[in-house]
Amino acid sequence: MKKVKADPKGVLTGVHYLDGDYAIAEGALAAGCRFFAGYPITPSTETAERFAARIPKVGGVFIQMEDELGSIAALIGAAWGGKKAMTVTSGPGFSLMQENIGLACMMETPLVIANVQRGGPSTGLPTLAGQQDIMQARWGSHGDYEVIALAPDSPQECFDLTIEAFNLAETYRVPTFIMTDECVGHMHEKVVIPPAEEIEVVERKWYTGPKDKYLPYKLDKDGIPFMVKAGDGYRFHTTGLTHDERGYPVINAECQDWCVRHLCDKIRKNADKIIILEEDETDTAEVIVLSYGITSRVATRAVQKARDEGIKVGTLRLITVWPFAEKRIRELAPKVAAFVVPEINYGQIVFEVERCAAGQAKVIHVPHCGGWVHNPEDIYKAIKEAVK
Amino acid sequence: MKAEDRLEERNPIEDLLRMDRIPHIWCPGCGIGTVVTSFAEALKKTDLDLDKVAVVSGIGCTGRVAGYIKLDSFHTTHGRAVAFATGLKLANPELKVVVFSGDGDLAGIGGNHLIHAARRNMDLVVICVNNFNYAMTGGQVAATTPLEANASTAPYGNFEFPFNLPFLMEAAGATYVARWTALHLRRVTMSIMEALQRKGFSFIEVITPCVTLYARRNRLGDGLNLLRYYYDNSEIQHGADTRQLDISFQGKIIVGKFVDKDKPTFLDAMNQHFTRVLGDDYQLYGRINHDRD
Ligand code: SF4
Repeated sequence: MKKVKADPKGVLTGVHYLDGDYAIAEGALAAGCRFFAGYPITPSTETAERFAARIPKVGGVFIQMEDELGSIAALIGAAWGGKKAMTVTSGPGFSLMQENIGLACMMETPLVIANVQRGGPSTGLPTLAGQQDIMQARWGSHGDYEVIALAPDSPQECFDLTIEAFNLAETYRVPTFIMTDECVGHMHEKVVIPPAEEIEVVERKWYTGPKDKYLPYKLDKDGIPFMVKAGDGYRFHTTGLTHDERGYPVINAECQDWCVRHLCDKIRKNADKIIILEEDETDTAEVIVLSYGITSRVATRAVQKARDEGIKVGTLRLITVWPFAEKRIRELAPKVAAFVVPEINYGQIVFEVERCAAGQAKVIHVPHCGGWVHNPEDIYKAIKEAVK
Repeated sequence: MKAEDRLEERNPIEDLLRMDRIPHIWCPGCGIGTVVTSFAEALKKTDLDLDKVAVVSGIGCTGRVAGYIKLDSFHTTHGRAVAFATGLKLANPELKVVVFSGDGDLAGIGGNHLIHAARRNMDLVVICVNNFNYAMTGGQVAATTPLEANASTAPYGNFEFPFNLPFLMEAAGATYVARWTALHLRRVTMSIMEALQRKGFSFIEVITPCVTLYARRNRLGDGLNLLRYYYDNSEIQHGADTRQLDISFQGKIIVGKFVDKDKPTFLDAMNQHFTRVLGDDYQLYGRINHDRD
């Protein structure tokens, strides 16, 4: 993994007052993203608008595609054309992108998709918050694969984690998602953009060996193949079909086994390196409130109230939602009475927590079907129930 | 002139094929191979730097072309080749990007991308092999199946009005539109050469027999017969009014070059526009073709 300093052309150094959607666009530009293909959808459109306004002065391309099917396909093409590429969308658009998210995984294409989640299913609640695409982010395309997903809880984190998303996408050659939501997307807060020389950006894993020796899917020592871009004379082939090291289709179970295991294992085996968590007082806790995105901020009040009453409450915030913090939850489960899991859906991440807690701790879900954030009182009640 | 015969010959296009992937999957007598040959010959006749030519295919029998051409080549998802190619071209403007796919892929499932790329005058060469049916999946009815023709999902004959692709493409904004049959080898090669050497959205439809499915189901003889039939029943009318180019079942096929006009490409328009409205603040992107300013 080669880290370089950010290209100052894209970095709007200074202290700003931005909403989360704008901060994503600034994070992308700082990370070196120079290609954006998008389609308007509430509540994510502001990211596209910001990028469209900024990119002509930075040097790059914004294109508004005819639909989200086109956006994601154009991103994959742009990545193979050598650019760092991203799009932004919300539930319905994310659904439309799923097939080509699979293609991006199969071709091992680095790219970033921000999903500013709204309430679903279907058209649902276009202007109101949800966290209902969390499982879709993991399982939305067909077949076995792994992705990376991050969940910012503030405009500042939208900026920071967008850079992180590009860095992870390049390091592991995998689509990486920023799973934010309408609240964070439209929330205005202070965003500090550091000078370019303080921003570390991961460069693409370019192949530099002899041209005739290049194999697009030959794994390097770290398990990640080298990449080239179209136009550099390698005359390579890549396909959505199950393929061998050469990128040539091989339609049998043996090659499928190699291909699928690699796509999953490059993330699973590096989960410890990828996962970012934020913990507070988890080591002494009787009960842990586990949350992500906007819900973790709402939970703060409930946690404070319970702590004021002397209840030992810890918090665990999933900054990285996928890959899931399996190991850490297995470690914590025998030490606590319960996990309280508030999320703006009718049950998604809670199933992962249950799986990893494996009966060693109670898991109490605090659902919310979308449209607004939780009432902290509901989370507080769940904490009380946990220690009853 | 069966496709596989041509490929087995030590012919001069060999260095443009991935010989380690030959034999190909196409049926004996399929016309796709002839179009690939024309494409390869066109590439050889131009002075393009072949390292800068990329081929993008979707899914289907013709979708396999990307897998056999020894250039940077992408076998993408069903219908999305044009959108993929759009991203590829915009990310690396020095590339000449060719979309090589079938009628079902381009005009059926991918129709939206096709018309929008034409509208934007995206600098792409689209070669559309039209075999009048969905062949890879077993000969189902397509958006191009002529009225009355039989297909596996139109077992009593097709009653849906098909697309007239040159008309569709011209209406959408394509700046180069041609149609040939696969037996017009020299003409197909010429059209592809012209398209490769110009800028803007070029669309070349090649009527090609699907011997295994469409021909058999409609009792049209073997591949060579049908190829010959298409050729004999075609009539060259350069500049024909594209509204008049419907194809009826075993009827006359009007071929020729119908549209060839100048219009700024997406990137040229983008660069010209931003230079005008943003002045020195604009970071010129890619290369600009000044002779079209
Ligand atoms: S099914 Fe038809 S189109 Fe496909 S390879 Fe065979 S003859 Fe060609």
